[in-house]
Amino acid sequence: MLQQSDQAVQFLQPDGSLSDQGRPVWESLSSEMKRKFYEGMVLARTMDRRSVILQRQGQIGTYAPLEGQEAAQVGSALALAKEDWIFPSYRDHGAAMIAGMPLDRILFYWMGRVEGNIAPKGVRILPPCVPIATQLPQAVGTAWAAKWRGESSVAVAYFGDGATSEGDFHEALNFAGVFRLPCIFFCQNNHYAISVPFSRQSATATVAEKARAYNLPGVRVDGNDVVAVYDVMRKALNRARRGEGATLIEAVTYRKGSHTTADDAKRYRNRDEVKEWERRDPLQRLEKRFLIDGTLTRGQVETCHRRCREEVDKAWKKASQAKKAPPTHLFAHVYQSLPAELKRQRAQVEGEAHG
Amino acid sequence: MAELTMIQAICDGLATALRQDKRVVVLGEDVGKNGGVFRATEGLWQEFGDERVIDTPLAEASIVGAAIGMAINGMRPVAEIQFMGFIYPAFEQIVSHAARLRTRTQGQYSASIVVRAPYGGGIRAPELHSDSTESLFVHIPGLKVVVPSTPADAKGMLLAAIRDPDPVIYLEPMKLYRSTRQQVRQEAYVIPLGQARQVREGEALTVLAWGAMVPLVEQAAERWAQRGVSWDVLDLRSLYPLDEEAILSSVRKTGRVLIVHEAPKTGGLGAELTALINEHAFLWLEAPITRVTGYDVPVPMFALEDDFRPNQERIDRAVEKVLAF
Repeated sequence: MLQQSDQAVQFLQPDGSLSDQGRPVWESLSSEMKRKFYEGMVLARTMDRRSVILQRQGQIGTYAPLEGQEAAQVGSALALAKEDWIFPSYRDHGAAMIAGMPLDRILFYWMGRVEGNIAPKGVRILPPCVPIATQLPQAVGTAWAAKWRGESSVAVAYFGDGATSEGDFHEALNFAGVFRLPCIFFCQNNHYAISVPFSRQSATATVAEKARAYNLPGVRVDGNDVVAVYDVMRKALNRARRGEGATLIEAVTYRKGSHTTADDAKRYRNRDEVKEWERRDPLQRLEKRFLIDGTLTRGQVETCHRRCREEVDKAWKKASQAKKAPPTHLFAHVYQSLPAELKRQRAQVEGEAHG
Repeated sequence: MAELTMIQAICDGLATALRQDKRVVVLGEDVGKNGGVFRATEGLWQEFGDERVIDTPLAEASIVGAAIGMAINGMRPVAEIQFMGFIYPAFEQIVSHAARLRTRTQGQYSASIVVRAPYGGGIRAPELHSDSTESLFVHIPGLKVVVPSTPADAKGMLLAAIRDPDPVIYLEPMKLYRSTRQQVRQEAYVIPLGQARQVREGEALTVLAWGAMVPLVEQAAERWAQRGVSWDVLDLRSLYPLDEEAILSSVRKTGRVLIVHEAPKTGGLGAELTALINEHAFLWLEAPITRVTGYDVPVPMFALEDDFRPNQERIDRAVEKVLAF
């Protein structure tokens, strides 16, 4: 059962030990699933760090790093079924890659290429949402259609704590509550909306408690604990599939870097705070657990890191060598068929390209 | 065939679409039990039920946002915004999402939605209800913007809009909702978007108008015809895409152009039409293109509404100027 919880659910503690509540959950998980948690988080971090470097080298554009939020994204996305829908924000490529978005397309996105918005056939990931919280009402609509069509799919909107100040957040939760829709609102409370801390974002102490206003369960989970995130998400998905409606999940986490490569978090965060969150790092926590219970050996950990580096290398090679679309591509897919004026403009571009 | 008002024709169009296509749903404030503030959805809730004619909470952004999400998952939603003056909370969903979904996903998804909104003045509506900001939407690539001016067009264009694979902003001139009746075919029929309607044929002048300005212009044309001056009157119907062929061939025939719109002048669609004609038919022009429009002021409360909107006297003065140039 999923109930309102203002205390964050935590199974895996920062030192790698398990809480009493967490022990049976951990023991019920297969070694394969535990390895997937780890591999997913290592891949997300490897990809993220490489992207920051690529931006610094001028190879890609402004980039929004996710380091620190791997457990929230990977844990939640691993709980999804193939038919579920994902409405991500621009910082949720960790979730997207787990749900089936190829790494080279994620790189394409940050290279300013529209191909980066397109999920492979059968993978239901919408383009990253840039305006804040606008994807929430859309997830609601997709969940609504699923319910209407009798599908078992659930629509999941990913967003940050800043999004909870937007009207669209409240409207979407209200719709989901009123119409009992199979939708999950997955908030990664990473404590800052660019530079504004959560205390200035919200007069409530938590995001989860806002769910009460819409008669939804609101669950607070340690967002750096991949096991707890996975478990909470799984329960919310089951609840939605049973027709019991939406859930608001607040994954309490921390963005270790800046909002994007265009700002400097040192201007608005102090070192002690950053250090404290370093101690709560999601990846180190799982590594510690593995070393305690032997799910992975040190050798296997190193192999995993190497494989992820190779995978990212391969994706970058593919993305960086891909041919740029011609300028006439500007006109592709604006409408299903081009209006006369657009045909003229395209012909003009064609002429300039040839002339 | 039945004699219908425009509002009845719209309702008939919605019922036809709901009957024909299971993917169609209607959503908005008061569209269910109450049948819509103007009765555009009268009886639909009774016939199609709660799941297809959906009374939503009062939240324009989410009405349009949810419609986009429904379209992503294969439905054909028709969202009603009660008055165009209330569309602005949904503007972001329309501009940032509905208009760009096809481009952003390279055709993988499209927001095949219709957003219906009553617009314009002339019915003594309260403050902030009577906006005519169609050019805000015309300016946004990815959207289609249409305005019917007769009951028969209203039904046929609505069915075309619902079938259209792209997002359509379907604006309904409130002034014309109940002003006339017209024979409207009972079956489903489509008036293709992107085609203007030739209202009158003439030689001396081309007049371009849409929505509630069309009957106004028709009356003026009738008076001038009695004086022996015949006008080509085009009801544009589709503001984006424009029926450039119809506009330009008329201009090439008459050489003189008057544009009448209710929206404020600056940045209004009249400016775009003027530029279009200049680009493609400049050498045929005998006089400067002239506009009769609302003034560049906020749409006033209704005590001054008639002073704001174009009227016969302003049209006459402009026509005299264009013809005498």
